[in-house]
Amino acid sequence: MFFDPNIFFEQLVSVDYIKGAALSVAVAIVALILATVIGFFMAIGRTAKQPYLRAPAHFYVWFFRAIPALLVLLIMWNALPQMIPALRADWFSPFIAASVGLGLVEAAFMSEIIRSALLSVDDGQALAGRALGMSPAKVMIKVVLPQAIRIALPPTGNEFIGLIKYSSLASVISLRELLTTAQVGVNITFRYAEYYAAAIVYYLVIVTILSFLQNRLEKKFAWTSKTAKVKKTAEPVVATQVGIS
Amino acid sequence: MTTQAVLQVRDLHKTYNGNQVLKGVEFDINKGQVKAVLGPSGSGKSTMLRLMALLEPADSGEILLKGSRIGSREHKGKVLHLPERALAIQRQEVGMVFQRFNLFPHLSAERNVMLGLTSVKGISHHEARAQAREMLQKVGLDNRADHYPSELSGGQQQRVAIARALVMNPSVMLFDEPTSALDPELVGEVLEVMENLAESGMTMIVVTHEVRFARRVANQVTLFDGGVIVEQAEPEQFFENPQHERTRKFLSHVH
Ligand SMILES: Nc1ncnc2c1ncn2[C@@H]1O[C@H](COP(=O)(O)OP(=O)(O)O)[C@@H](O)[C@H]1O
Ligand SMILES: [Mg+2]
Repeated sequence: MFFDPNIFFEQLVSVDYIKGAALSVAVAIVALILATVIGFFMAIGRTAKQPYLRAPAHFYVWFFRAIPALLVLLIMWNALPQMIPALRADWFSPFIAASVGLGLVEAAFMSEIIRSALLSVDDGQALAGRALGMSPAKVMIKVVLPQAIRIALPPTGNEFIGLIKYSSLASVISLRELLTTAQVGVNITFRYAEYYAAAIVYYLVIVTILSFLQNRLEKKFAWTSKTAKVKKTAEPVVATQVGIS
Repeated sequence: MTTQAVLQVRDLHKTYNGNQVLKGVEFDINKGQVKAVLGPSGSGKSTMLRLMALLEPADSGEILLKGSRIGSREHKGKVLHLPERALAIQRQEVGMVFQRFNLFPHLSAERNVMLGLTSVKGISHHEARAQAREMLQKVGLDNRADHYPSELSGGQQQRVAIARALVMNPSVMLFDEPTSALDPELVGEVLEVMENLAESGMTMIVVTHEVRFARRVANQVTLFDGGVIVEQAEPEQFFENPQHERTRKFLSHVH
């Protein structure tokens, strides 16, 4: 029983795999959005002066950094509905449980990324914004965040790729994401190599597309004018001219 | 023209973890006046400016803008610092130019100048852009409007920073060693902008080591040392015939 390219290609274009891949990506996206929002507030909490803001944020990060993601998913899917009747309803799907579970765990890591990104923005930036009369919220949104996002972007891309892979953990709560799709197929056909190879191709394609998108996004944060780039090479010493006369 | 005090500082004190930095600073500046502040490094000049720009609270003392107290108020004999939102409104009246420019690196020169107008004054994008262009022209940089700070020389960055503060139409402009971070050949263009500004009647407090600028442009020169104002006089008097030994000593070092 050698590698049968026909079986491999059949699976590669099958609806099951496409659905599975879409589910993996969707779980990762929802989890990352949730993690970024929670992580942002945890980061604010951890940099705050007030102890009543610091303590809960500290506890959250400590807690979710310690607990394995797999255990969180099992709790989300099995334990919580036992304790909370509302979660026994139909809307509480494996997809929601997986996205929220992974998002909660990921938030602990995102808060670290966001916190160090916020701290790495020069103090003089907020000072200049405040000197103009900007409110604290405006200083954060218009001055500090855009600069912090640029710093947080590369590590966040890594986290996103990590989440794509972690979404395979959701197989334990019967979410039919990419790896579960492959495993289900294997259990029926025993064509391990072909089914796993198809999964590999999907993961490679997903991560390649992500890296490409991340690259484009990072270029947007280059903070240079295209016209200036052209001018700089054309007339490099014009910079010292005195304007007022 | 009647002389009207724009900014008055009364008995200003500030301590950082037991280190007494300001020990009762007193002074007035009238409309259209240019005051140059000299003094050794570490004497508290930047701290004094930050307090006057309401970027930090004073421990005690008061700051009056056109006769009204700003930054804090007194309530039943106790000094209360105003909340950040109230301070933000008052800060529009005081323009600040920093030693290291502190331009927003993610915004073009024009956007740097526009941000205060759109996000603080609520002026429309279109109108803010027009005002920013006009202000950049005043500092000789209308041809650099689309450039980002990283694409500008230090002198150009500082001129954008001046435009950014100026466009808010402040009552007084504070400069904290505006040319100290510049290469020597770029100092002149910034001082020139400041001199034009002084001639246009702007009230200015300039912390500087540029003795020639202080002599030529300022109406009043001040020696700041050890957290207090030591000497205050017209430039001629200050440089030719200082009254205090500390001033004579300081001048012998910088000349
Ligand atoms: N935010 C701060 N925290 C603690 N100490 C400070 C702070 N700002 C200034 N200082 C101290 O206050 C003194 C005066 O500093 P500064 O106002 O920057 O002086 P200058 O501008 O005249 O050089 C210095 O000893 C400095 O270390
Ligand atoms: Mg200083």
